[in-house]
Amino acid sequence: MTDTSLPPQQQSRFNIHRLANPGFFLRFATIIQPWINVSAALCLVIGLVWGLFYSPADWQQGDSVRIMYIHVPMAILASGGYFALAVCALCSLIWKHPLADLAAEEIGPVGAVITALCLITGSLWGKPMWGTWWVWDARLTSVLVLFFLYLGHITLLHAFDDQQKGYKAAAILALVGVFDLPIIKFSVNWWNTLHQPSTFSLTHAPSMSFSMMWPLFFCFAGLALGFIALVCIRLRTAILERQIRHILLNE
Amino acid sequence: MTHLPYLIAAYGITIIALGTISLHSWTRLKQVQKKLSQLQNNNKPS
Repeated sequence: MTDTSLPPQQQSRFNIHRLANPGFFLRFATIIQPWINVSAALCLVIGLVWGLFYSPADWQQGDSVRIMYIHVPMAILASGGYFALAVCALCSLIWKHPLADLAAEEIGPVGAVITALCLITGSLWGKPMWGTWWVWDARLTSVLVLFFLYLGHITLLHAFDDQQKGYKAAAILALVGVFDLPIIKFSVNWWNTLHQPSTFSLTHAPSMSFSMMWPLFFCFAGLALGFIALVCIRLRTAILERQIRHILLNE
Repeated sequence: MTHLPYLIAAYGITIIALGTISLHSWTRLKQVQKKLSQLQNNNKPS
């Protein structure tokens, strides 16, 4: 994939800024898509088989702890997806990046589904453990706010006749809502919550056995790669839809 | 009481939701690729 408009010494070097070109991104994404798909599937299979059948049950929670292998990665991806949304918003508002608005439009629904699944799996884990489907504690409430932020972003994108106004309004909401992310992260430290504190920390050893940590890591890797694969497919589709609109407008 | 129904429900809902959005995204891509190909063939000079 060489760009002959560049000097010869730069033609074979991969320059990340070239990904801003929709045509180049489309070709690049088409090539890496199968690799991401296979890697995601492999990590997920390893993580789920290990977590469901070979990792030990918790001494207190029994087999319910196995919900952790989907709930925790979903929770991390919910926040990570919104952070990606905020980065797209920044790129759109400040640098007018050509793909930023499309990327934000395609990340939103995936992030919303992931956040909803985080809340649902959390409820299904909480009912047998806490005896309740829901409590208005800081962690759960802030993740619910995150879900509403995702829905608000999707709604704003389609709320205006002028698509550019929709993109701008959604980008502003994405940037304002990013303040929810540290609240989600530190809620279990700042308030007295029913939700358990963080297991992983940069300053001390994790309070989890390695027999559970490895399948959790593989599940997270699989779901993260799956998230990237899904956004990649959707972004390719959005770029092609834009090409179709251009062709139809020129006819 | 066993907690197995909660475990099955959690994994089941996750698989259905992620499977649905993945399938929808993939079929949308295929439809768009087909439409673009048709438009490009129509616009080719004969």
